[in-house]
Amino acid sequence: MGKARVYAHLVRAQVRSQTQYRASFALDVVGSMAVFAIDIGTVFVLFSVSGSLGGFGGTEVLLIAALAGVSFALADLVVGNADRLREYVRTGLFDSLLLRPLSSLAQLLAVNFALRRIGRVVQGFLLYLVALFVADIGWDPARLLLAATAPLVGAVFFGSLFVMGATVAFWWVESGEIANGFTYGGRDFACYPSTMYGEWFRKLFALAFGFGFISYLPALALLGRSDPLGVPDWLRWCSPAAAAIAAGLAALFWRTGVRHYRSTGS
Amino acid sequence: MIISASGLRKDFTVSRKVGRFRRERDVVSAVDGVDLSVERGELLGYIGPNGAGKSTTLKMLTGVLTPSAGEVRVCGLEPVARRTTLARRIGVVFGQRSQLWWDLPLAESFELLRHIYRVPAADHAARLARCVDLLGVDEFAATPVRQLSLGQRMRGELTAALLHGPEVLFLDEPTIGLDVLSKQAVRDFLAELDAAGDTTVVLTTHDLADIEKLCRRLVVIDHGRVVHDGGLDELHARYGSRRVIVADLDAPWPDGLALPGAVVTAVEADGRRVTLALDGVAAGEVVAALAHAVPLRDLSVQEPGIEDVIARLYRREA
Repeated sequence: MGKARVYAHLVRAQVRSQTQYRASFALDVVGSMAVFAIDIGTVFVLFSVSGSLGGFGGTEVLLIAALAGVSFALADLVVGNADRLREYVRTGLFDSLLLRPLSSLAQLLAVNFALRRIGRVVQGFLLYLVALFVADIGWDPARLLLAATAPLVGAVFFGSLFVMGATVAFWWVESGEIANGFTYGGRDFACYPSTMYGEWFRKLFALAFGFGFISYLPALALLGRSDPLGVPDWLRWCSPAAAAIAAGLAALFWRTGVRHYRSTGS
Repeated sequence: MIISASGLRKDFTVSRKVGRFRRERDVVSAVDGVDLSVERGELLGYIGPNGAGKSTTLKMLTGVLTPSAGEVRVCGLEPVARRTTLARRIGVVFGQRSQLWWDLPLAESFELLRHIYRVPAADHAARLARCVDLLGVDEFAATPVRQLSLGQRMRGELTAALLHGPEVLFLDEPTIGLDVLSKQAVRDFLAELDAAGDTTVVLTTHDLADIEKLCRRLVVIDHGRVVHDGGLDELHARYGSRRVIVADLDAPWPDGLALPGAVVTAVEADGRRVTLALDGVAAGEVVAALAHAVPLRDLSVQEPGIEDVIARLYRREA
């Protein structure tokens, strides 16, 4: 637990640095909460137009969207600043992380920790609780456990995407916004029932890339519904495995990337 | 041996534009087969012109860059594979890059580093007290790092690098851009550290005074290769760089006058200004002989610049 304490010190130092600029901090919190509200609102605009989305009713859609939302907000809070790596690589600042006796990734995240993103997490959790409450769920111990862990598992999955996306910078400094296509795109995909999407698109993103494991499949398990398009029922409980594979890949990308780091001339 | 490297090499691929879309890739060896061994407690000057591969070598020794080829051991560890273990045993100051927390007071950086390196409070206090003593960092400890002058910041960086009691200290141009007094403070501090003898120091610099004051041993690299490894005197002796006396006279220089231990290299201004290169004798002897032989008005003694020595060295090698 000594390590966790060290990172806690780093995070607190970062929060102290940021709160030196109070007005901008407050604006950021309000802004990011507004963006989140608009995202969830979009789902309901679509829903109100069509009455149902991909064969799912209102409370079910809410559960899927809320789970995706809270997972993403949690991942964004902890790992979202991984994209600062681009700047660290471009300027050679990454050197200074490698010179300390800590994980370079954990340091990158800790020293760029953005507390302003906490607003969205709180908002996301509240919405998720509402969704769990209004949805028609036959509660049993397995479902309680699933409901409690699903946001964390989803956050691990999103977090892995953030890290994989960020590592592109080790090879290609001018990678720009490419990585965001996967992270924000993945969140938008996960906000809706996968049945909405066309056949090949759905198979590729929901199953091959694993975005279905974030919210759609665990929501099916909570609701006790089967996938209308024939995904086996046991897969609904496999999100932790999918998240573990994603995290493993992310760690591998990071490790390989660090070996390719070129630094800059001093 | 606390640092050993053999056949150390780092290649970079550089792509350059050929025509509108085509790019060609070249492989450039920034470090090209460096052999180096440093004993515990040594203070080593690692010098060479810009782009010679100094920083790249340092980054391979500290585990920042993965070598393309060759063997490296620092404190008996392979730097990249054992990066975090090694980081606890070395200290690093890169003159152009801060290790401190930009928006926080300097004292908070020190406190954070104590946690990061898990230094017992008593050791931390003792080392900090020593740095306060020698570098005076307490005067500006409450100031946010971004508001420190370069000289203050560098003293802060040195302190930060030493708080965990490193066995080896790597300094990449620690005096660059500093004013005379700050340079002097840094130099005195390093001399003191060297005299204590328990810290090995590897120093890169372009500053001749740093080298003359601090480095008994110099490793010179150029184009990624070691071209000299030895003392400063050996370097001067080997490459014939000499101190120069420039004298202004009240009467023209008599043709054919020779002074023991000096060679006339130029006579200018109608024979009223003469330049003499010294052959390793003390300047005083030559000045005395000069004053005895001609009416002396003014004179200056010029030290050979290390850049000058190195420039000579490249011409000989080429």
